[in-house]
Amino acid sequence: MTVRRVMGIETEYGISVPGDPAANPMILSGQVVNAYASAQGIRAAHASWDYADEAPLRDARGFEMGRGAADASQLTDEEDPTLANVVLTNGARLYVDHAHPEYSSPEVTSPRAAVAFDRAGEAIMAESVRRLSQVPPGVNLYKNNTDGKGQSYGTHENYLMRRETPFTDIVRHLVPFFVARQVVTGSGRVGIGMDSRTAGYQLSQRSDFFEVEVGLETTLKRPIINTRDEPHAVADLYRRLHVIIGDANHCDVANLLKLGTTSLVLAMIEDRAIDVDLTVARPVATLQAVSHDPTCTSLIELRDGTKLTAVQLLWRYHALAERYLKSRYAGELDSDTDEVMRWWAIVLDRLERDPREASRELDWVAKQQVLQGYIDRDGLDWTDSRLRAIDIQWSDVRPDKGIFHKLRAAGRFEELVTESAVMEAVHEPPHDTRAYFRGKCLEKYPDQIAAASWDSVIFDIPGQTSLQRVPMLEPLRGTKAAVGALFDRSPDAATLLRELASASG
Amino acid sequence: MPSQEQSRPQRRDDAPDEAPEPTPAAPEATARKENLDSDIDSVLDEIDGVLESNAEEFVRGFVQKGGQ
Repeated sequence: MTVRRVMGIETEYGISVPGDPAANPMILSGQVVNAYASAQGIRAAHASWDYADEAPLRDARGFEMGRGAADASQLTDEEDPTLANVVLTNGARLYVDHAHPEYSSPEVTSPRAAVAFDRAGEAIMAESVRRLSQVPPGVNLYKNNTDGKGQSYGTHENYLMRRETPFTDIVRHLVPFFVARQVVTGSGRVGIGMDSRTAGYQLSQRSDFFEVEVGLETTLKRPIINTRDEPHAVADLYRRLHVIIGDANHCDVANLLKLGTTSLVLAMIEDRAIDVDLTVARPVATLQAVSHDPTCTSLIELRDGTKLTAVQLLWRYHALAERYLKSRYAGELDSDTDEVMRWWAIVLDRLERDPREASRELDWVAKQQVLQGYIDRDGLDWTDSRLRAIDIQWSDVRPDKGIFHKLRAAGRFEELVTESAVMEAVHEPPHDTRAYFRGKCLEKYPDQIAAASWDSVIFDIPGQTSLQRVPMLEPLRGTKAAVGALFDRSPDAATLLRELASASG
Repeated sequence: MPSQEQSRPQRRDDAPDEAPEPTPAAPEATARKENLDSDIDSVLDEIDGVLESNAEEFVRGFVQKGGQ
């Protein structure tokens, strides 16, 4: 395999009401989901938005939602916004995950598409913020992973893998990679330690929150390798590797490499192409040491005694990948894999020479450059609140307030995915996975869908006594090539189901 | 720097050449870092315009519940 596989990104957004730190984040998160869903005419699964298509009432609801926590009890009487959970026409899931609004991208098959649909998620969050802002103070969202005071929330990657691959192989070869990859994928953070007790700057938002090497937890005692086994697909054939260690990226290149290089390492693990043992001696402590060193010169000690930098360790994986791809796809690399391999080499090369050269590609480098600029210009030190404020505001989803967005608009980053591709991904599902079927069902027959999940769509056909469930346990079925024409000739869900039955019958 | 020299074929100057795809627009963007130092001030000016006015209060107010 190459970088191509079924994958996706899920992101929990930081949430706050300006001037009201005590606002209930669960209620607020529900409002974020409902503000977007109701504007799209989508019924929240657990909430009966009966008046959803009536525009005046929609505005009214925006008003109510904008009032936020003050009206919490009233709102919960009406319906429970903390259960808001919708499927969007792009195949994504938008819902409340405890105290954060979460966007889970639809399944895609390439890192580049993952970047597009991840950015689409942020555009959706920004649209919700815009709607809620109509009633001050509104609600603000942040695509980051910590509040700097001891709490963290996740950006998870998901990779479909072959079930037959031994989990011990995954652990052995992935832990060293995860210890090192943050020099590419880190989003940068002001403050050292979970609660920022030490002043300073580090590469990753998340690394200080990891305490063990392998485990099932995601909210405490977080493990470098998460063992959650919930494939959302044929369990005998597939596993979904749930990666919880990543930061939320804004830079396209960093995000592409996060998905692309990880997918390649997984391909090598599946094909048993890694014939060296790169096991890190003390992975958790080393993970944090690497994060705490923006010069990228600290040494990682492997169990066999080898000492090398994180960049050098990533070069080892790069070399393995190059050999692997050459042996399997000599001269015939697909464009997605080629793109990842080229950017990987470019970025490692820059990091090795001088990390500051990667400010157009990597989040942590760009953020550090801005922070250093303030330190130099205004004579600040790392304890200054302004630096912590910049760190947070960097990830504000609003185009006019988010520092990353301001700098992107000024052309300061390599953009791999155009804004128009992102806007298309807000509404249009990927064409090459089951997300196409899910998204198109929601787009074409919203009133006839009782519920949808990653691996099923449940129809409620008028005049029929029972719901009808279409299972989708094969992530690569239900593509546009397979069912696009079916949708074209099915004016309603009943026709679609009849056609499906006869096609498979 | 251990043993990976032969595995590093792509310097940034020549890396993008054989890429016909609709991919990076940019690796050859050469004037990168040299310019950065000189125009960082304009970046800061731009950011100054949107920064939250009371940084301390803003930071204090950004309190999250833990997530996954």
